[in-house]
Amino acid sequence: MIQKIITSREMILATAIVILVCCIAYVFPGFIAPANLADAFNDTSPLIILALGQMIVILTRCIDLSVAANLALTGMIVAMINTQFPTLPVPILIVIAILAGTVMGAINGLLTWKLDIPPIVVTLGTMTIYRGLIFLLSEGQWINAHEMSDSFKAFPRHEILHLPVLSWIAIGVTLLFIVMVSRTPLGRSFYAVGGNPGAAVYAGIDVGRTQFMAFTLCGALAGLTGYLWVARYAVAYVDIAGGFELDVVAACVIGGISIAGGIGTVIGTVLGAIFLGVIKNALPVVGISPFAQLAISGAAIIIAVAFNAKSSRQKGRLILKPQELKG
Amino acid sequence: MSNQHTHATSLPDHLNPRWYRIISSWEFMLLIVAIAIFIVNSFASPYFLDPWNLSDATFNFTEKALIAFAMALLIISGEIDLSVASIIALVSTAIGYAAQFGVSVPMLVLIGLAVGILCGAFNGLLVTMMGLPSIVVTIGTMSLFRGISYIVLGDKAFTSYPAELAYFGQGYVWWVITFELTLFAAAAVVFYVLLHKTSFGRAVTIIGNNSTGALYSGINVSRIKFILFLLTGLMSAIAAICLTSRLGSTRPSIAFGWELEVVTIVVLGGVNILGGSGTIIGVVIASFILGMVTFGFGLLNVPGIVMSIFVGLLLISVIALPRIWMKFSGTSH
Repeated sequence: MIQKIITSREMILATAIVILVCCIAYVFPGFIAPANLADAFNDTSPLIILALGQMIVILTRCIDLSVAANLALTGMIVAMINTQFPTLPVPILIVIAILAGTVMGAINGLLTWKLDIPPIVVTLGTMTIYRGLIFLLSEGQWINAHEMSDSFKAFPRHEILHLPVLSWIAIGVTLLFIVMVSRTPLGRSFYAVGGNPGAAVYAGIDVGRTQFMAFTLCGALAGLTGYLWVARYAVAYVDIAGGFELDVVAACVIGGISIAGGIGTVIGTVLGAIFLGVIKNALPVVGISPFAQLAISGAAIIIAVAFNAKSSRQKGRLILKPQELKG
Repeated sequence: MSNQHTHATSLPDHLNPRWYRIISSWEFMLLIVAIAIFIVNSFASPYFLDPWNLSDATFNFTEKALIAFAMALLIISGEIDLSVASIIALVSTAIGYAAQFGVSVPMLVLIGLAVGILCGAFNGLLVTMMGLPSIVVTIGTMSLFRGISYIVLGDKAFTSYPAELAYFGQGYVWWVITFELTLFAAAAVVFYVLLHKTSFGRAVTIIGNNSTGALYSGINVSRIKFILFLLTGLMSAIAAICLTSRLGSTRPSIAFGWELEVVTIVVLGGVNILGGSGTIIGVVIASFILGMVTFGFGLLNVPGIVMSIFVGLLLISVIALPRIWMKFSGTSH
């Protein structure tokens, strides 16, 4: 039992993060100041939220490459609404953002479910379509900080118990996901569909519908993040969060989500996102050019996938996984 | 990826006549679409039918089509390579870097081809030796290869190349026939023969239909897949050399988003995205169509990002329409 906890993916990852932070702190003690760590966590919050959405999609053997474009489009939509109607309260804007994201996610899901198109093709297509729509909507214009209302920008930065709302939302989504994934029929069906679609059908689970739900939830979270992102950085334009979908996939894969579906945990995903977040925050501190970020994400994906394949091969022939035997 | 496709088609007791099969083929339909677009374009703009304009228009697809040929084989075998555009960026960066030291043009070309093949080998090794899914591997290398390009270049650009390098992207073989168009035609013939007339091509198709079956019939599945990744790397390098020569500069963002257009050409050309079937003729016509449509949009002053919406829609609808058709015509259960 203890051995299993120590050798678990989450434990290894947590240890790696602690060692990484210690190494950085050894050279730059300022890095582990609580305020700086809180900042680093806040920076990573959008990645955590998106990675959780991506996690359930990957669990069902799909992939969503359109999350960053979804985020950028909803961000632009709420920013434009805010400039037109500055008096509209923030909660309504958040609802609009979530709705817009949900619709975009549902489009991905419907194409996958009803027409049986491979998700990689669907989301590669919608990725460019959503990005292109931002250009059509904004005519290539930027929406800058002075055009947004103060309450619009203030919400994600508002501090409760020394942590910004953005961080609290990430924590909240994480807790919700822990409950959803382990305690609800929908959450369990994500694992069932990914683990063995054939068996899932015989267990009365609609595989396509479950994948649709995963895409829709993922889209809703991307929409929510769209508002938070634009409000936090106080700018909206065509290319915001460009290439961020790769970071999101990287976070999931590092967190131990098997790309073949059915394997992975919420905690693992969050730790994967934090691992990437620590690296990204440490780069400027250690003096590495920010241009190296893209290569690091890429290398991280490859190493993590190779690592996943190796660890899953060891448990190859087990018909029932130990936790299933117990549960 | 997607998992439940139950094609329960009953076996016919006779084949349709040959002319009927040709007319009802995907390639024939593409040809009609291509001719229709050609006619519409020539009415829409008086400048379209000018031979020099048409020659310029070919640049819209020749480089992408070179990659699409190799990608078609890869997709037919059941794999995919999303890193092709990033290979272009890395190859172009390598050429630009070497050109700074006054390396001769033949050496530059060799360096470019070598980098492309190395990238392909890296993808191929990860997929075949380690048994990793090609989608994730190439999503990873997609950001790794372009990331290296960013590390080398940052926000700068290479702009000084030997004058002779310009021939690959700007040279003419005869009258309005560009070097790139010649290369495209040659590659089309080579890949046609490779896919349709050699045992290698048969093996590629068989692997895409049933890779376990292929393995048991004595086909070295991983070696063939590895060769296909090498081939894709090589063709991306050739495209990169042409593109670098045509633009005369290298930025890390070069050829950004091309993987989408390459995959779109392949799928539009009738290659089954799940693997197992496809023709080179289809890919050739599809690249003509995409090239002419983007050229037509260009004449109408449509910005590039709006064209990318069109490409995205095209990619999805080309796959979706036949499936919707099947659903409503009731040929599938």
